[in-house]
Amino acid sequence: MSDSGATAALPDPAAVSLAIADLDRLISTLRDDGRVVIGPTTRDSVMTLDEIAGAGQLPRGWLDEQSPGKYRATPSETATAFAHGPPSMSWKRFLHEERTLVISTSRTNGAMVIDPAPAAPEKPLAFFGIQACDLAAIGVLDVALADDAAYRRRRDDLLVVAASCTDSVATCFCVSAGTGPRPGPLADIVLTELADGSLIADARTERGAAVLTRAGLDTAATEADCRSAAALVDAAAARQTRHLDTEAIARAAAAPDDVGWDAVAERCLTCGNCTMVCPTCFCTSISDQTRLDDGCAERWQIWASCFSLDFAYVHGGSVRTSPTSRYRQWYLHKLVTWHDQFDSSGCVGCGRCITWCPTGIDITEAITS
Amino acid sequence: MRSEPAVTTLVPTMATVEAVRRELDDTVTLSLALSEPSLTPTPGQFAMLWAPGVGEVAISYSGVGDGSRVDHTIRDVGATTRALTTCEPGAELGSRGPFGRGWDLSRLPGRRLLIIAGGLGLAPLRPVVEAATAGTLGTSSAQLLVGARSPDAMLYRDEISTHWASLEPQLTVDHATDTWKGGVGPVTIALGSAIGDPATVEAIVCGPEIMMRVVARELMDRDVAPDAIQVSLERNMQCGVARCGHCQLGPLFTCVDGPVLRWDEAEPLLAVRER
Repeated sequence: MSDSGATAALPDPAAVSLAIADLDRLISTLRDDGRVVIGPTTRDSVMTLDEIAGAGQLPRGWLDEQSPGKYRATPSETATAFAHGPPSMSWKRFLHEERTLVISTSRTNGAMVIDPAPAAPEKPLAFFGIQACDLAAIGVLDVALADDAAYRRRRDDLLVVAASCTDSVATCFCVSAGTGPRPGPLADIVLTELADGSLIADARTERGAAVLTRAGLDTAATEADCRSAAALVDAAAARQTRHLDTEAIARAAAAPDDVGWDAVAERCLTCGNCTMVCPTCFCTSISDQTRLDDGCAERWQIWASCFSLDFAYVHGGSVRTSPTSRYRQWYLHKLVTWHDQFDSSGCVGCGRCITWCPTGIDITEAITS
Repeated sequence: MRSEPAVTTLVPTMATVEAVRRELDDTVTLSLALSEPSLTPTPGQFAMLWAPGVGEVAISYSGVGDGSRVDHTIRDVGATTRALTTCEPGAELGSRGPFGRGWDLSRLPGRRLLIIAGGLGLAPLRPVVEAATAGTLGTSSAQLLVGARSPDAMLYRDEISTHWASLEPQLTVDHATDTWKGGVGPVTIALGSAIGDPATVEAIVCGPEIMMRVVARELMDRDVAPDAIQVSLERNMQCGVARCGHCQLGPLFTCVDGPVLRWDEAEPLLAVRER
């Protein structure tokens, strides 16, 4: 992530220039390769992520506003498709699905047989327009879910067309988290959009370069355009006002009982929205379901939240009954013990937990008061 | 970085219940024959036992066998353990494991071993007790201390009074009956006479968390070093492979970094309320 800071170099001299119409050629090339292309799109006045068949489905002409507990997307005169904050849901659900079948059972001559979930042949994915914070989150999940076969299968086949951020919403703090606004090392191609909607495409891997070549995109970007693009990204970085309070985090790590959690505890509804929208929260529960027709059973791995009361249940009761203790678990795991477990922070600075918290709890301010 | 689990699968192996032994009103020991042998469990490790269609639960090995035949002592406390404890011989279950870090038996040679159990905590200690009885641990001496709520809640009473008598068992109960001949009170009342030279003691402790705290504190008050005390922690375990997240305790995934911890590792974590 060293190359993602606000003062990174200009795009590679080999970067190519794209007109808005060229995006369709790029998406078509990925689809012709047999990939399912996932990208940002607007649905019910919210920017979300879904399969896209063409550039017309991108959120061109939409602007979003995000602040603690508030999200608004509104149509505007803008020509850009990528000048927005993080989409409502993160990309993790395409790699680490909400529900994954683990095993099912069948009967052979009366004996129960366990059938591991079939590795269903799936089309490989292409992520189109993933932002720096969310790309860093994939790097985080790569470590946490390294042994998860379903995750690995999708991840290994993934092709990444990232988008540099040319705007920051009020909840963004990727600069402080060290993940953006320039996409880090996992991208195959990085797009940077100019104010008129035209783009610069910078291939970061050989297969990324091959995609651009197959799409017939070979018009060298001008130095002026490269400078404009870099300036837009620098400006987006400069607009960020939130930052992680490393001193407060260190204080909480050293003495979890001695820092003030009361301000959070009074507001946290333990709804779990933050864990659902977080691009790195990976916890799951495993649940049995019986089929009524043949009496056989299935086991499903389903997203879980450490904010639910039964998450840490042991016989006799939950280890963490108070909302404070559950918020503290999430906060300290994300920002402190993640380092012990996975050698990185669990927070990438996307700010979704701030936007989608119904009471606007702000992870960057949670314990500064 | 976390410990790497030796077993990483979420797919159970089928197992057949070969024998069911009733231990207490609500507790049975199942002897299982695995359809495919697992790694030989270390005492203190656990398996995820699956009652098909009901659920999976972490149960320690009370008999480690050779990986093909294992014992689990299970108390009926919920839907899944109800299904497991009401199994008949011949029933089919699923089993995954062995998981976690077991008792560190490499510390025992030449030392005075105190095996201290509270209630059902005797179950994960049973393989250690049997090895101590057989004299295979290399200890200079060994003693068994067992506490229970009442005489009829004391696990393995027949074995304690017969096969395990050489460990000079000290038994205590919270609530005695007229015929009870052991101690009355917490298991710590027997500690004073059991410790001997504290510098030689290695204590292996399993029971409710509050019991383990009290025992560890008492041992340290009597100059046993915190790193010579091993405890086994209970947390919500669903995967056993450090992936589901439920068993986290501070930086640890209890399922792979535990369940057995030395007291110098466990104490600072347990000192934080509701961690």
